Amino acid sequence: MEFVWFIFLPILAAILIPFLYKTIRNVHTGWFVLVIPVLLFIYYARFVKGILNGEVHISELPWIPSLDISFTAYMDGLSVLFSLLITGIGALVVLYSIFYLDKKREKLNNFYVYLLMFMTAMLGIVQSDNVISLYLFWELTSISSFLLIGYWFTKDRSRFGALKSMLITVFGGLMMLGGFVLLSIMGDSYSIRELIANAPQMVGHEYFTLAIVLILLGAFTKSAQFPFYIWLPDAMEAPTPVSAYLHSATMVKAGLYLVARFTPVFASSEVWIWLVTGIGLLTLFWGSFFAVKQTDLKAILAFSTVSQLGLIMSLFGASAVAYHVSGEGSAIFKFAAFAGIFHLINHAMFKGSLFMVAGIVDHETGTRDIRKLGGLMSIMPVSFTVAFIGSMSMAGLPPFGGFLSKELFLTSMLSLNEFNLFNFDTWGIVFPIVAWIASVFTFVYSFYFVFNTFAGKKKEQALPQKPQEAPFGMLISPVILAAIVVVIFFIPNLVAKAFVKPAVVAMQTGLYENPSDVAIHISAWHGWTPELFMTLGIIGVGFLLFITMARWQKLYDVQPQYLSLNALYDSMMMFGETGMNRLSRFYMTGLLRSYLMYMFFFIVTITTAALFIQDAFKVDMDSFSPVNAYGFLTAIIIIVAICMVIFAKTRLAAIIALGGVGYSVALFFVIYKAPDLALTQLVIETVSVALFLLAFRYLPEVKRHGETRKIRVGNFIIAAAVGVTVTLIALSAHSQKLIPSISQYYKDTVFTEAAGGNIVNVILVDYRGFDTLFEIAVLGIAAIGVYSMVKLRLSRKEKSDESK
Amino acid sequence: MEFIMAIVIGVLFMAAVYLILSRSLLRVILGTGLLSHGAHLLILTMGGLGGTSPPVLADGITDYADPLPQALILTAIVISFGVTAFIVVSFYRTYGEHGTDNMNLMKGNDEHD
Amino acid sequence: MKANDVILQTATKVVFFIIFLFSIHIFFAGHFAPGGGFVGGLLTTAAIVLLLLAFDLKTVQEALPFNFMHIVAIGLLLALGMAAGSFVFNVPFFTHAFGDYYLPLFGVTSLHTAMIFDAGVYLVVVGSTITMIQTIGGDS
Repeated sequence: MEFVWFIFLPILAAILIPFLYKTIRNVHTGWFVLVIPVLLFIYYARFVKGILNGEVHISELPWIPSLDISFTAYMDGLSVLFSLLITGIGALVVLYSIFYLDKKREKLNNFYVYLLMFMTAMLGIVQSDNVISLYLFWELTSISSFLLIGYWFTKDRSRFGALKSMLITVFGGLMMLGGFVLLSIMGDSYSIRELIANAPQMVGHEYFTLAIVLILLGAFTKSAQFPFYIWLPDAMEAPTPVSAYLHSATMVKAGLYLVARFTPVFASSEVWIWLVTGIGLLTLFWGSFFAVKQTDLKAILAFSTVSQLGLIMSLFGASAVAYHVSGEGSAIFKFAAFAGIFHLINHAMFKGSLFMVAGIVDHETGTRDIRKLGGLMSIMPVSFTVAFIGSMSMAGLPPFGGFLSKELFLTSMLSLNEFNLFNFDTWGIVFPIVAWIASVFTFVYSFYFVFNTFAGKKKEQALPQKPQEAPFGMLISPVILAAIVVVIFFIPNLVAKAFVKPAVVAMQTGLYENPSDVAIHISAWHGWTPELFMTLGIIGVGFLLFITMARWQKLYDVQPQYLSLNALYDSMMMFGETGMNRLSRFYMTGLLRSYLMYMFFFIVTITTAALFIQDAFKVDMDSFSPVNAYGFLTAIIIIVAICMVIFAKTRLAAIIALGGVGYSVALFFVIYKAPDLALTQLVIETVSVALFLLAFRYLPEVKRHGETRKIRVGNFIIAAAVGVTVTLIALSAHSQKLIPSISQYYKDTVFTEAAGGNIVNVILVDYRGFDTLFEIAVLGIAAIGVYSMVKLRLSRKEKSDESK
Repeated sequence: MEFIMAIVIGVLFMAAVYLILSRSLLRVILGTGLLSHGAHLLILTMGGLGGTSPPVLADGITDYADPLPQALILTAIVISFGVTAFIVVSFYRTYGEHGTDNMNLMKGNDEHD
Repeated sequence: MKANDVILQTATKVVFFIIFLFSIHIFFAGHFAPGGGFVGGLLTTAAIVLLLLAFDLKTVQEALPFNFMHIVAIGLLLALGMAAGSFVFNVPFFTHAFGDYYLPLFGVTSLHTAMIFDAGVYLVVVGSTITMIQTIGGDS
């Protein structure tokens, strides 16, 4: 069995969901859905053992072979880690949602269809080897995220948040596609593996830096990096299981995945290292700083997610440094990739559990406003324990997994100081300092989140409903995640061996041969190192700031609302709407004449400009056929008839003159040896005149409707310009044949291939039968259009309804 | 002959555009009729007007007129008939509903935005 | 349209059949001589239009009691079915087949699937044009 098919398992299962929902109403639909991620988790877990020994697996499903586009699932350390996160956390989230979403009130069919669609998309991203199919899945996650954020679509905030996330992430996705195209031009392949292999030849290519910037735009928008993070807090309008799944554990990590995946391609670039590390660190600080300002539980978590993603991003940026060092003392630079992957796992665990607790608090008390909450510790002891473990891990305290990754992070940041390329020796010191400050704020908001909710005085009267502990089923998932957080602290090296090291090898191809070559050992106690002193400082300063928080939290109000990034987004949207409206009103006058003027103007200018710029205007007198007396006579007749049409005073005269033009055209067809055309034209002209005569009684007389002389002269000038242009085209097109006509082929094969004699008719029914098929379809549609316009009219009553 | 045809085509297009730009709906329809004639002759002229016999196989003849433009024009003639019929009907229905054939009065109002 | 022209009506009764038969001839001749589905269809239309001019709409509708919209549909189905029929023989869309066969009365005749397609064209042209003219003429 080709394992690429398993990517599509969720979306195929999604087809069944609406039927299950409609027919089996008394079982929560989530129970059926749960089977999918559990199965996939077990399936992908089977890959771990082989990959740990350095194996990779490839499975291919051709899609558009002529363009070299396929669905290629490539399973290495990085892919298997993400696949397990997606399916594992997916299973827990589905389990949680079964208790979170009421089966009677909610539209579960929509919810689970979107969720399964997302699962396919996400698996597709992390397994695709082909950049085009990666892009496809990438946009599919944006779309499913849009649908899930807008799940409660009756709420204004939901729709606003959904649109915002969609606009920003799709914008980034399109930029990324551009980057992929540039990459494929430089590396001559759509396959990521081949691109990595061809990376040396791309360095120094003129598109190289542009490709970096474009691909990073995709990664930064998806992973909510500064300044694109603004969509993530608004995405919190989604149901909490969605926030836990998409907006903390998986989808926002797609950007990180992309950066990790392309590290071997771009690591040689200074721009890459500075951008990824710098933006990551800025986001880390920005997110942690503003998390303290928030009063909504989920908003705190959203900002904390932004901040933590920045942390991992900066580590991934720093990991590229390892490509620039060698020999003695290079070991210290290899920590960053390891630390990044390790923290990614930790973050998925503790943030998932925290979101679920936030959902529980919301569900059981009816509010997420931290100012109304307090003292829930005794009422919800289990939730409190989970929240406590998660927050302490996030703050970086032992004995939780977060402590270990925080120490590794500080080590990596300190190491940047010793890197002596790309100006890092001067500016490198900034990194540990910013990292330290951000960690202090991380400490503060972690405490803020857990203690302002669960400790302190009870404020039961402020709550919309009487708080109580969540049902057992709802607690299963967060408890499992919290348990993993603790377990990771005690067996970090086992986790590292199974998941982190294979992922590091996949991320830094070329540096290692085998997962066991990654010589990093994690220990909780590593002596009195600078990292430990920094951690002690974080705890001390952070604790002080937390206690005095009420006094300095007001400082945030100094920033005026109109100077925020959100205000920028809003004004851009406003400008887009009103500006575009004004622009289209400027040229959309509602007058047919204006629109036609634009068209004719562009036809004339573009064609004549092309004729003269390309020097395409040539008249070859020799190729002309001799002047034919009948033809000359007919030409005079037709011009007279045209003048009669224009100057006709009555409609009858105009229609007869038009018929005269038509019959003259038929004469031309006779003269130029086109019997089929002549026949058709004669009959059509007869039928047309009959049609006009039938419609005659409904037609008004020809009137000029007060056209002034000026307007007529203007019309005449445009008309003359079009006429001259067409004459030039006719002469020029006849005089030069750039490629031989296919007519000769028709002449040669009409009898042998098509068994016909009348070449024109054979072209119609045989060579170009497809055209004719569509043409008669159009004719049929025109007939239906005429019929419906005449027969289907609004009755008087409907008319008065419409005019209201 | 091509030169004369090019001028005829130019005149056809000129007259067609002049009529289409005018305010009276009837003249717009007449203009579209002329435009399709112009387009048919343009295609015919582009292919060349030489050829001493029609593109129908016959013994001993090799100099056929170019069949491809003829096939294209044949479909175009029938389509333009359909389009003309459609325009005529939409015209007189518009006239019947609004009681005017003045294009300037048919630009909708702000309610329709 | 009420017309009461005896000469026109009498002549029409004959001329209609002449044009109609000529249109059928033109249609069948189409593959080897000028003609074909388009011209044939239009000539048939012209014959019916002549009837319409000589008599009135109601008389013609009674004489030819078809819904011409259905003829459009039949023609389209015929054309599409011919084109798609090639799938049955595992050849690309629109592949035609032809050959010479002996038919009673006609002798050896060249038969061609393109003729079926052309018949579809013929029916669509007749159906569409007559539908248009009937609806416009019948509008009050």
